Amino acid sequence: MKRIVNLNVNGRQVEDVVADSLLLVDYLRDRQGLTGAKKGCDGGECGACTVLVDGRPRLACITLAASVDGAKIETIEGQAKNGRLSALQRAFHENLGTQCGFCTPGMIMAAEGLLKSNSDPTEDQIKTALGGNLCRCTGYVKIIRSVQLAARATAEATQ
Amino acid sequence: MSEVMPDFQLARPTTLDEAVVALATPEARIIAGGTDLNVQLRMGLAAPATLVDLSLISALKTLESSTSGTRIGAGVTLADLASDERVAAYYPAITEAAALVAGPTHREVATLGGNLCLDTRCLYYNQSHWWRKSNDYCLKYQGDICHVAPKGNRCRAAYSGDLAPALMVHDARLEIIGPDGIRQVMLADFYREDGADYIDLKPGEMVTAAVLPPPKGPSGYRKIRVRGAVDFPLAGVAVEAEETKDGKRFTIALTGTNSCPIMVDMPDVLTDDPNAFFANLNKAVQKAVSPQRTTTIAPHYRRLSIAAMAARLARELV
Ligand SMILES: Cc1cc2nc3c(=O)[nH]c(=O)nc-3n(C[C@H](O)[C@H](O)[C@H](O)COP(=O)(O)OP(=O)(O)OC[C@H]3O[C@@H](n4cnc5c(N)ncnc54)[C@H](O)[C@@H]3O)c2cc1C
Ligand code: FES
Ligand code: FES
Repeated sequence: MKRIVNLNVNGRQVEDVVADSLLLVDYLRDRQGLTGAKKGCDGGECGACTVLVDGRPRLACITLAASVDGAKIETIEGQAKNGRLSALQRAFHENLGTQCGFCTPGMIMAAEGLLKSNSDPTEDQIKTALGGNLCRCTGYVKIIRSVQLAARATAEATQ
Repeated sequence: MSEVMPDFQLARPTTLDEAVVALATPEARIIAGGTDLNVQLRMGLAAPATLVDLSLISALKTLESSTSGTRIGAGVTLADLASDERVAAYYPAITEAAALVAGPTHREVATLGGNLCLDTRCLYYNQSHWWRKSNDYCLKYQGDICHVAPKGNRCRAAYSGDLAPALMVHDARLEIIGPDGIRQVMLADFYREDGADYIDLKPGEMVTAAVLPPPKGPSGYRKIRVRGAVDFPLAGVAVEAEETKDGKRFTIALTGTNSCPIMVDMPDVLTDDPNAFFANLNKAVQKAVSPQRTTTIAPHYRRLSIAAMAARLARELV
């Protein structure tokens, strides 16, 4: 079965026909060409496919595209505005929060979800929020540091 | 993992009545948060003709609490459940268990109903289609023998939901709706010790809520898992401690070790000799469980761990 869905993807309104069984990660990667969300495990275990749905983190590999009809979807591709990296992107870049980069889109989107609801998280809150995101390179220390520095940079910029 | 999702029709009812109608169609299956079912669909572990998505039914998302008890809608997400202050104050085991299910991103959409009805798990079952096919499938699905206990005649897959024991120690009842109307069942009676047929849910029925009486005393939940941040329980235990006129009485429920969550028979109250009492409690838990080779972790280790966790948690609640 197929249906028409209306989505807002990174600020752009799209109307599309999707199969009822199409997964959000496949829709974003194959139909929208947004290959930032990665397929790491393809089964809900690694967090590499994390995107924001209505501002909250979501695993796109175990989400049906049809089930988020009407929602606002944010991916890593929509984070930089007018050619300027987001606070998290900049912090990950400057503090070695990213190495091979495979986990990075998911990490940044999960962290973005956290900072949207808590602009000044403690280290434990960061660890909890990123608990479902695996990284095989960094050892996590620099990732946590990057999120802390992004939160601080945002606070300073808005002061 | 297989790339192919089976073909199905997605129904998106907005009311319970519409959901019951949609569920009455052949080969219909409920999907709530989808955090388990979508994984299973990808692995070829289910092939429904229709998936009935409950996520638009607002009647399932309410959590009400009063002096006479608490009613938690089946569609309440585990993130909301884990952060509800009333639940934390009255039923701490439920808060602790909810916060320990999967990872934070799963909990954003994972629901109470999906957790309580969670399919049983096994090393020989939660595998891709080609993996299972090359092993001639198994008794639980598409095959004839249970590879865990080949001489037996039932599936040994382990029930691995975290919330069931936490609700059971608080005497939860389930509210179920179906073609014949609404019925209630004690949560402890909802499950049965058969990995392939583990819940008492008839075709067309769905869970609408868990109903809890006021708490009898403080409670807690502990689990062990392979990955500390995100994983099913290898063994999980909920304990509730009630002050009676004869002394402290403990209610204990377990998950992860059997094909259904189980209550432990604990007739005695805490005596003047706590060391002996807790040693007995430890033994009673070891006797109650029957962990099998359904995970990569040895059954004996899971047996010892769950008993130790139960005794430690009971001590903490004194
Ligand atoms: C990496 C990973 C780790 C996980 N770790 C844990 C863990 O530690 N502990 C744990 O308990 N679970 C764990 N899970 C499983 C799952 O995320 C949770 O159990 C979750 O609560 C399931 O809820 P859901 O709403 O997503 O269910 P769904 O996937 O939508 O459904 C699960 C099952 O319940 C049925 N169902 C759903 N709602 C109802 C209803 N109202 N009435 C009747 N039947 C219904 C569905 O038909 C299906 O059979 C994990 C999953 C993943 C991918
Ligand atoms: S690809 Fe979605 S969680 Fe791993
Ligand atoms: S940077 Fe390589 S996996 Fe995280």
